[in-house]
Amino acid sequence: MSLYQVQKVLYQLNRDPEVRRRYEADPDALLAGYELTDEEVTALRDGDIGLLYVMGVNGQILMHYAALLGMPWDDYLGAMREGVRRHGPVRAGIYALVEDAPR
Amino acid sequence: MSLVFAGVCSHAPGITGRSERADPALRDGFYAALERMRLALEAARPDALVVIAAEHFANFFMNNMPAFCMGMADEYEGPIEDETWLRIRRTKVPGAPALSRRLIEEVMQEVDLAYAEEWKFDHGIMVPLHFLTPRYDLAVVPANINCQGPPLAPLHRCHAFGRALRRAADAVPERIAIVGTGGISHWPATPDSGRINEAWDRAFLDRLVANDTDALLSYSDAQTYREAGQGGFEIRTFVAIAGAADGARGELWFYAPIPIFAVGCTVATFGVG
Repeated sequence: MSLYQVQKVLYQLNRDPEVRRRYEADPDALLAGYELTDEEVTALRDGDIGLLYVMGVNGQILMHYAALLGMPWDDYLGAMREGVRRHGPVRAGIYALVEDAPR
Repeated sequence: MSLVFAGVCSHAPGITGRSERADPALRDGFYAALERMRLALEAARPDALVVIAAEHFANFFMNNMPAFCMGMADEYEGPIEDETWLRIRRTKVPGAPALSRRLIEEVMQEVDLAYAEEWKFDHGIMVPLHFLTPRYDLAVVPANINCQGPPLAPLHRCHAFGRALRRAADAVPERIAIVGTGGISHWPATPDSGRINEAWDRAFLDRLVANDTDALLSYSDAQTYREAGQGGFEIRTFVAIAGAADGARGELWFYAPIPIFAVGCTVATFGVG
């Protein structure tokens, strides 16, 4: 689990056009600069919004990333729901804060 | 000179980015309330607008997260988001670095504060500016309260931040307006997006317009998360405005849940001018 590192990748992609250019040119080289598990690398490489949500990425980071990917709003919401259906409840982060979290 | 205007409004990206999907009557009522706020802001003839925001990882991250931060830059660029998604063109917003510095120094008498000479605006500031200063011709001093990555400053410190901003505004020769922008109950950017606890919102807004400090500060984060979602943490920006307007009553100009905007859309002002 390196949610911090996953969120850091997305945070920097979201806000920095230069990081985006480096990612588009060579995604593996960029991701190699972060301490990520294989599952995290795959989720990031695939733009797997559902799995990234289940990993615990803050929606304010994830929503901006989905917009960057050009994903329509309804598809974004659908991808998160599908992620929960396939991978189970959110594992960490702000949406796992309390036991009786809404979802 | 003094604080000449104080108010709060919502900021969600859907307000501009998904406008055609909202109930037209509610949407147009909300836009009209924002337009009324723009006119009131202009009538107050401010030299600068302090925006108390709850930014969304445009500048601050968990490597170095300030509880409170104010901007001190010549200009600010925004939005960071995809322009077609947010439907707001990327632009430069003028700052007021010398004024920022004087305000920050005064606030620091009471509240430990970070400052930033570089700051990118996200929808949290750009959506309100789109309606309130559509020509981007009023100097902005951004102020941020961390509402996204816990641990978060407790509500009583947010109130103290607002009171300190009021003292700072009253201490400078410029005419200062202040607007807080946040959500009340909402579950933004999650599968529960669109869920809004209207009863909770209305109870909060009753406390806000009464400017009942004890009642406003009585929420725990656990209770807020349970009943108002993670987005409910953004009541911090409204509580700070209540602090800036301490002793003045507010007036609710608009409230309606608009699910496709993912928030109970709110416009309120306080009688400080």
